Amino acid sequence: MTEYQSWGRYPRVGEGEQKALRLSWAHEIPRLRGLPGSLLPRGLGRSYGDSCLNPGGTLLDARGLDRFISFDEESGLLCCEAGASFEEILRVFVPKGWFLPTTPGTKFVTVGGAIANDVHGKNHHLSGSFGAHVRRFELLTSDGRRRVCSRAQNAALFHATIGGLGLTGLITWAEFPLMPIATSAMASENIKTRDLGEFFELSEASEADWPFIVSWVDMTARGRGLGRGLFNRGRWHGSSPSPLASAEPGGGPLQASPEPKLRFPFDLPSFALNPLSIRAFNALYYAKQLGRVKRGIAHYEPFFYPLDAILDWNRGYGKRGFIQWQCLVPMEGAKQSIRRILEAAASSGLGSPVSVMKTSGAMPAQGLLSFMRLRGITLALDFPMSGQPVLDLCQRLDALVRDAGGCVYPGKDARMSGESFKAFFPQWRRFASFVDPKLSSGFWRRVMGAAKES
Amino acid sequence: MRILIFGATSAIATEAARAWAERGESLFLVARDKKKLSALAADLKARGAAKAEALACAAEDAKAHASLPAKAAKALGGLDAALIAHGVLPDEERCRRDAAYALATLQVNFNSVVSVGTPLAAFFETQRSGVLGIISSVAGDRGRASNATYGAAKAGVSAWASGQRARLFKSGVAVVTLKPGFVDSPMTSHLKKGLLFASARKVGRGVVKAMDKRKGTAYLPGFWKPIMLAVIHMPAPLFKRLKF
Repeated sequence: MTEYQSWGRYPRVGEGEQKALRLSWAHEIPRLRGLPGSLLPRGLGRSYGDSCLNPGGTLLDARGLDRFISFDEESGLLCCEAGASFEEILRVFVPKGWFLPTTPGTKFVTVGGAIANDVHGKNHHLSGSFGAHVRRFELLTSDGRRRVCSRAQNAALFHATIGGLGLTGLITWAEFPLMPIATSAMASENIKTRDLGEFFELSEASEADWPFIVSWVDMTARGRGLGRGLFNRGRWHGSSPSPLASAEPGGGPLQASPEPKLRFPFDLPSFALNPLSIRAFNALYYAKQLGRVKRGIAHYEPFFYPLDAILDWNRGYGKRGFIQWQCLVPMEGAKQSIRRILEAAASSGLGSPVSVMKTSGAMPAQGLLSFMRLRGITLALDFPMSGQPVLDLCQRLDALVRDAGGCVYPGKDARMSGESFKAFFPQWRRFASFVDPKLSSGFWRRVMGAAKES
Repeated sequence: MRILIFGATSAIATEAARAWAERGESLFLVARDKKKLSALAADLKARGAAKAEALACAAEDAKAHASLPAKAAKALGGLDAALIAHGVLPDEERCRRDAAYALATLQVNFNSVVSVGTPLAAFFETQRSGVLGIISSVAGDRGRASNATYGAAKAGVSAWASGQRARLFKSGVAVVTLKPGFVDSPMTSHLKKGLLFASARKVGRGVVKAMDKRKGTAYLPGFWKPIMLAVIHMPAPLFKRLKF
């Protein structure tokens, strides 16, 4: 079925190459062992590369497992099926004064997918990744067993499944707390930074008092202006660094996300996004803010989910799709390694229209394969998939990350080598021992291919 | 509001129930499968339903239908509205060679609607208030080659609902005929999805809106209204040559 592609739409799965089985009821899931070929749990398909694809096998489409199981209005503890989406959780619970403990840049993800990729958000420096908030979940494996996993029960499987790319079993339900909010409005500041140094200074100065931080990087800047961009920090309106003052009034009503009205109607021709137009976009985006600091109070939607307003925005990258490359490098030496990466990317002449950078927190990662696994800087770059030069550049960037002792995000990857994967995630052998023999993905076969042959 | 939903675990009914639950309504859920019912009831409670009671009852179990309104009223402390939402999509190919099978689908899609609807209509008539929503289909507007049997059952449902509406409006009871088009749901999971498919969520919310407004007939989504107008008035010589 061709409708099951990845978000980056590269690599593409051909017609009839991949089957899908829609799951609707938790008690009616067929015996996994009885199904032909390899299986892969699938949510809303927001993984960029082939970690959400299973060419030659079957996808277990879990979007129909979307029921809430219980909600404690006192503590905010939510138990729901794994196919429930962040969008639905926000729609139902924001009006009641609750928000997600952390969220990626799109709300169109499922709870199961958020666990399988151990997703992070703008509050990572304070709150960690999504896995840090998950109390327990149930895992269905191909031997027919359903196991409740938590830090106390089946702990090894719990930590293998968080960030485990859906390979350890099918998550059927999960439990995690929502966070109380007094308003759906965010107070934010956009600060124009002149160079990379300023980004580091601002990050350090903002981390304690601003729960949400992210920066956009101008990828056209080189030389002294390398790494300049817009530093964006926010907090719930009315909240303040001091918890004593957090009851401050003036929050405004609790409003859930608006329904998206726009849909990208067609594939933009591939020539539309070229190095020149991307340069122009970067330059304009940086120049559009005139003053050094711009403050504002607005609904959380554009702050957390700027791109969700346009459904299928990935079509803007054209038929050939795009590659997102995201790395994490350790804080020690981060300035040098990020500088090298930015220089390599900028000098390649391949523009990245959306480049995002932020610091990661120091709390230990919850998953064996968690991407945000150390204190450092993460940088995400988007490249229209124009062919071999993009793949070559990513290969060079991978090498820089390996030298720095960091890692590249598997949930966004479509091309890293098996060798790089193993260097990025030294615990891969231990993780592999938890992979369900019936489950596999395009990503997993790609990075493990060499190991099988040797 | 206190609402009975028959066929509550169907995709459209589930989404309507969710919209009601999020408003804090009280719900009495009826469907065949106990496990599905309890999963749905938990979902609705988590969403804020004041009550989500469940009762297992099959569409074929006509004897049990008579007592449903009283049971719901007892569980919820009264009954203000009901939605009849169950149905099956028959294999039309099989209907062409297997009359017993075709009749069995008519039993579910038409007879059982009358069987469930009759005591509900009587209950609301006695009470002199209430809203009865009945899910029919655009397929009932004109029989097509590809779904003659399903269309026939739904044409019957639409006619029966129209008659009840005419009878009950004097008693202050609204009967709402809901006509969804193609809905992306487990019932249609084997079909290729085109532009005309709407999500169950959208259609379910449309059901709630139409019943709030006590509409006579509601096409869901609304774009089906002009389409069906054209289909109904298409000259027969043309209509019978169309492949759809």
